[in-house]
Amino acid sequence: MDSRSPKPAAAAATPAPGTVDLAPLRRASRPRWPELAVWLLPVAAWFLFPEDLALLTQIAIMAIFALSLDLVLGYAGIVTLGHAAFFGVGAYAAGLLAAKLGIGDPLLGLLFAAAVAALAGLVTAPTVLRGTGLTRLMVTIGIGMMLFEAANKATDLTGGVDGLQGIEMTPILGLWSFDLWGKTAYVYAVVVLLVLFLVARRIVHSPFGLSLRALHMNPARMPALGVSVDARLAAAWVLGATYAGIAGALLTQTTQFVSIDVLGFERSAEILLILVLGGAGRLYGALIGTIVFVTLHHVLAGIDPEYWQMWIGLVLIGIVLFARNGIMGAIDPFERLLARKKTEP
Amino acid sequence: MTAPALHTRNLVKTFGGFTATDDVSLTLAPGARHALIGPNGAGKTTLVNLLTGVLAPTAGTVFLAGEDVTGLGQHRRVRRGLARTFQINRLFADLTVLESVALAVGERRGVGWRVWSPVGARGEVLDEAARLIETLRLADVAHRRTRDLAYGRQRLIEIALALAVQPRVLLLDEPAAGVPTSESRALFETLAELPRDMTILLIEHDMDLVFRFAERISVLVSGAVLLEDTPDVVATHPLVREVYLGEATHHA
Repeated sequence: MDSRSPKPAAAAATPAPGTVDLAPLRRASRPRWPELAVWLLPVAAWFLFPEDLALLTQIAIMAIFALSLDLVLGYAGIVTLGHAAFFGVGAYAAGLLAAKLGIGDPLLGLLFAAAVAALAGLVTAPTVLRGTGLTRLMVTIGIGMMLFEAANKATDLTGGVDGLQGIEMTPILGLWSFDLWGKTAYVYAVVVLLVLFLVARRIVHSPFGLSLRALHMNPARMPALGVSVDARLAAAWVLGATYAGIAGALLTQTTQFVSIDVLGFERSAEILLILVLGGAGRLYGALIGTIVFVTLHHVLAGIDPEYWQMWIGLVLIGIVLFARNGIMGAIDPFERLLARKKTEP
Repeated sequence: MTAPALHTRNLVKTFGGFTATDDVSLTLAPGARHALIGPNGAGKTTLVNLLTGVLAPTAGTVFLAGEDVTGLGQHRRVRRGLARTFQINRLFADLTVLESVALAVGERRGVGWRVWSPVGARGEVLDEAARLIETLRLADVAHRRTRDLAYGRQRLIEIALALAVQPRVLLLDEPAAGVPTSESRALFETLAELPRDMTILLIEHDMDLVFRFAERISVLVSGAVLLEDTPDVVATHPLVREVYLGEATHHA
């Protein structure tokens, strides 16, 4: 069996009985056409809703935040209700860099925010990973609350509840300045989302990504394969923190303002809802969940400004009861059927 | 004289006032086919946990190829060539057989931290995983998810994951547990085909398997080694028959 031969299509012909056909696993990380369809959505939105670019930008940013939680929760299996801590750290890092140090370059701001959020992830990892289950959940809530109060007290630095102002952004790469209609901001956010998504996609298909999925399913087995579970979880935690920090920085840069609720508990809870709604552990769940949630929010708040949260709650309960793995989970059986048809002609 | 593949010196483990492992000195020569038997509650599982590093001993030392590994955690001992299977399957329910074995092979080959190239592009890992799956006669289900397989075949994945580590010493913790007789033959054959230079400690309730497989047997009672000898001697030993009174005993 020469499975190294560089002709996957031809080699995919029926393997000899008793041997393993490697083609399906070799194919697993290739892009598929429904993925392209998903990425046409932001392009279509640009033309269909030119008045709503600010909202669409928010969706792109939320999608990055949801993606970051998916890496931490959906893949590594770390349940957290304090993920806004890193979103907030990134938001303030980008904001302070521009407002206090006068460095308004957007890409530099993203890099800086990513680094600070990664550091925050590194510092918190040992404490969070120490416990398991409920203990760990409590620690994540605690970290979120502490950061919120710290930002609240440090009014000289953060502006406290009044928010951080005086953020001026220079043009992206010196070419595209942020305009009043939010066109630049939208394209910027979508491009960053696309880049981060492609990176995440590579990571989850890598050996490291496989090990995260495996330790999520059975952490007790991993040491018996020679794997240090804590080190893997810490790496996923830092990665998620970095992504969240970039999302926060994008919000700062596109709104030129930092409100203290970037660190709020509600943001942590909301992003968890979004991920569960879309389906955790499959990357696209984060995107679909965000789009559906924010759209629902927008539409329901328009219909019923007072009680929209009740309707959202109803939808969520419905999804959790009838599609246990979220919207993407509901698609799974069909996808498996399709995959089986392909491998068993 | 080469060092034993695995040995312990005066190993003790107490939980509160209860002594689960009582002064156990066990020696496995390289290539040994050694079985550990004993009635329920004899402390077999505790001993396995001490050997693999899941538990730290109250006193005593564990040596792997002559090297003191008592202070090393589980995954470090695995990296030094000590693998195990679990009494109750500990598998990756939603991974396919190929993914599971490729994971284990990749970790042993040290690619577990690679984040950029896909698993499917690692030819050397996939080829080795495929060979292992073929050896264990799992090729027909290589792309099926673990959760969809019969228990007996899942037991073979347990063994595949342990073999992927390319261990020098392999601890088999009741490999036949829960396997229906219809599927046990494939399992016995697999065990008989394991490479002769691999040192194996078999912890088993199934006396049939023990007497077929082992060349030496240690009998564990109340945490202590009651007796260690060849299967012939153990099978006819009055003390063993006393311990196993009422349970199935086999004359070799």
